[in-house]
Amino acid sequence: MTRPTEPQETLDLKDRIFAGMLAWLIPGAGHFYQGRHAKATIFCVCILGLFVFGMVIGDGRVVYAQWQPAKYRRWPFLCQVGCGGPSLPALVTSYRNADSFFNSEMYVVPDWRNPGQDLPSDLDKLHNSLNRRFEMGTVYTMIAGLLNILVIYDAVAGPAYGLQRRKPRDEEDKSPKKQDAEDKPKDE
Amino acid sequence: MQNDLWYAIPLILSVSLVYAATRHEDMNLIWRHAIRAGLWITGLMTLILAVLFVVTMYLV
Repeated sequence: MTRPTEPQETLDLKDRIFAGMLAWLIPGAGHFYQGRHAKATIFCVCILGLFVFGMVIGDGRVVYAQWQPAKYRRWPFLCQVGCGGPSLPALVTSYRNADSFFNSEMYVVPDWRNPGQDLPSDLDKLHNSLNRRFEMGTVYTMIAGLLNILVIYDAVAGPAYGLQRRKPRDEEDKSPKKQDAEDKPKDE
Repeated sequence: MQNDLWYAIPLILSVSLVYAATRHEDMNLIWRHAIRAGLWITGLMTLILAVLFVVTMYLV
């Protein structure tokens, strides 16, 4: 027996590319633009929360962009930049070789050069003062950036499992096997 | 309590919620998937912690 086909629900993703760019720039903004407010709130709170928490425990020094010299290349920034807007000031300070960001040391590339023999560099001092919080903050901000890549994909292409809906409980109870068993005539 | 393991809690919550939300559109399914994913991550991390704990006991 064939079941009547249900009308296929579709999700209006509006301008997908624009939504993807918004999602990269501010986590959750792409979904707000698409009218998917609940998911946008989840993404915004979770991803920005992780990023800000990472920045706080790392004293704002864990997100910076450095490419030269190769020994001190900041690979974690490739993940952090997935968070978009909150990580972009690092590119600006790095490009301008600035030693402050709005009168703070946030996003500033720490100096790796030793000022003299046996004297610690800024990077040494940073590791010494923050201790494990430097690595923790780096991990938090990296994971925030990586999660936002999933969010961008969701804004551009929709949810991975499509538009499944939770079945009502009475419908769940009547799964095809149970239905068949009920339909079978009893021998007795 | 001073313990670095507390740092894992916000990570597990956020990762499981965001991952689940990128799989589904229906909020009920998102919550269910997030709880399952959170339990999986916690279980797996506990298992790895136990293995590392046993290994380090024999190394000392």
